Amino acid sequence: MSEDKAARRKIHWKKTSRLTYIVLAIWFTFGFIVPWFAKELDAFSFLGFELGYYMIVQGSLIVFVLLIIVQNMIQDKIDDEYDAGGADQ
Amino acid sequence: MSNKSSSFIDNLGKVYALYTLGFLAFFAIMAVLEVFGAGARLIGILFLLFTIVIYAAIGFLSRTMQVDAYYVAGREVPPLYNGMATAADWMSGASFVALAGGIYFGGYPYLGFIIGWTGGYVLVNALMAPYLRKFGCYTVPDFIGTRYGGNLARFCAVIVLVVASFTYVTAQINATGTIASRALAIPFELGVWFGLLGILLCSMLGGMRGVTWTQVAQYIVLIIAYLVPVIWMSNAQGFGIIPHFGYGDAAQRIAELQAEYGLEPAAAAAQEAMGSLKVLTTPHFDPQGGFQSWQFVTLALCMMAGTASLPHILMRYFTTPSVRSARKSVAYSLFFIFLLYFTAPALATLTKLQLLDPTLATAVIGQSVDSVLALDWIQNWMEVGMVGIVDSNGNGTVQLNEFFMRPDIVVLATPEIAGLPYVISGLVAAGGMAAAMSTADGLLLAIANALSHDLYYKIIDPKADTKHRLIVARILLLAIGAAAALIASLQLTGILGAVAWAFCFACSGLFFPLVLGIWWKRANRQGAVAGMAAGFIAGSVYLYYVYTGGTPLWGIDHLRFGIIGMPVSLIAMVAVSLMTPAPDAEIQAMVDETRIPTGDTILAENH
Repeated sequence: MSEDKAARRKIHWKKTSRLTYIVLAIWFTFGFIVPWFAKELDAFSFLGFELGYYMIVQGSLIVFVLLIIVQNMIQDKIDDEYDAGGADQ
Repeated sequence: MSNKSSSFIDNLGKVYALYTLGFLAFFAIMAVLEVFGAGARLIGILFLLFTIVIYAAIGFLSRTMQVDAYYVAGREVPPLYNGMATAADWMSGASFVALAGGIYFGGYPYLGFIIGWTGGYVLVNALMAPYLRKFGCYTVPDFIGTRYGGNLARFCAVIVLVVASFTYVTAQINATGTIASRALAIPFELGVWFGLLGILLCSMLGGMRGVTWTQVAQYIVLIIAYLVPVIWMSNAQGFGIIPHFGYGDAAQRIAELQAEYGLEPAAAAAQEAMGSLKVLTTPHFDPQGGFQSWQFVTLALCMMAGTASLPHILMRYFTTPSVRSARKSVAYSLFFIFLLYFTAPALATLTKLQLLDPTLATAVIGQSVDSVLALDWIQNWMEVGMVGIVDSNGNGTVQLNEFFMRPDIVVLATPEIAGLPYVISGLVAAGGMAAAMSTADGLLLAIANALSHDLYYKIIDPKADTKHRLIVARILLLAIGAAAALIASLQLTGILGAVAWAFCFACSGLFFPLVLGIWWKRANRQGAVAGMAAGFIAGSVYLYYVYTGGTPLWGIDHLRFGIIGMPVSLIAMVAVSLMTPAPDAEIQAMVDETRIPTGDTILAENH
């Protein structure tokens, strides 16, 4: 492995890990912090639901789905930029 | 089918579109039969037999004698279909049959399952699936054994896998038995064996390939079966065509009715007579903050970490053609799972309203005991001891605390409660069967593959030839299936409880050894063995302590003992790793290679 390639891989992993940490922070917010404060959030209402209830039965789930989709889009870009994409499928 | 497999893959869209149309046509024929006077029993039997015959046919067509087809479906499953197969693999009898019932009776704390079983996929995608796919392993212990080296690490992983998956699979076979016994009118013990037969027909001949293509078919059946009754009820009650965004009013109405009826426990004598049947005592949604929030997040955390460590889920991502497609298929998986999970609370809400709201024709609470006892569905379910009514105060009307029900039946009974045609009940039974069968298939295969590949081939007899290995794998599949059915027929635990245990076993023993194997280069063999052993033993001991009547620490009951196991595992693994030498340069390079999506897999194609 050439010097240059090794350096590029290092940056690739750095960017990959940074993305992962951001994803985990968002995951933690909607998986734990929001449900923890469900009672407080119930003071607000959304689509006819109390907000705390809504977040747990739908809101957080929608965030999880979108989170994975967006993460994959960004990760694909990082991979392509550092020639680590692999066969596209 | 191996030489035809590429043309099959190219035509997947057509094949499954045709299959879906065929299933809908069958549904229409059943509806017509009902109009012409066919009974509920006949329709139920036809639904179960028709779907099981189709799955068995797919399983037969996928038969193989090639190692990579048997273990990882030839690594040619496109992301969309792997997403569907994972969703079916994932959504078990517990999700389909028991979850809405848990929410119905358990209220807010049970919603932790919903958050946990979806949020877990964020972990799968961020921490596990792409890297394990790059590794190119056949089984989860295969990764542990290669990354850390040595048979002891591999063996520990096999033990955790077997315990977690076996706990889980007995619950699934229990669910198939419940459904089959009710639909076919056979005793439960016989239903269990009938269910096992269906499960083995899918997986025996084709291994992972057979299971993949039947799971796709099972997902289609189970999602149709879950959505149709909810949408039907929603329209009948005027909450819109798509209930998910409009049932807020229904939740409000339930809160009013609860206040009016009062949530009181049943009279002691009546409760004793009814055994495990329950009356509604928990408010539909009422987070109290503080301790309840704590209980909520601990349950969610166990379910999330368990999701990311359960081998039958992780091994689904070994079947895609590339790392990128593995990630893509996690996104599809969660989307397909989400479709059911955001429907479950809607189902619990609408069904509860059907029973409680006196302005609806289906109401039970507040009606006279005689008129309720005359209802068909009450009689049907009373006959099998799943519903009960005791007029404790003797006033002749059914109070909220006089109406008993087994939580597990809420989904199965909903079509009857709401007065929908029999054909919907048949559909729901077929859906529940599909959910339980598909998960049981994945689990049995995970166990049999770990024992045949990791224990037999890698540890006991590394010189065994292909034919030998695949025959051993199938014998193990049979033996484990039979053992699971035997234990299931004893009915030791409820469905949801056993499933929660499986998640806790998996996350106690496997979560950190898997995550740190990728994310911490310094992790070594001694650390991994210590992490698996200490976490798994601590979790199991705590489970035993709580289950035999010990007082739970900080409210950590038997559903969330992973909260004890995981930190013990983490601390043991980090401490022991740091006290022993770092892994050699070769292993460190292997970890670097795992983190790059491109290039060859770490393990050779046929290993």
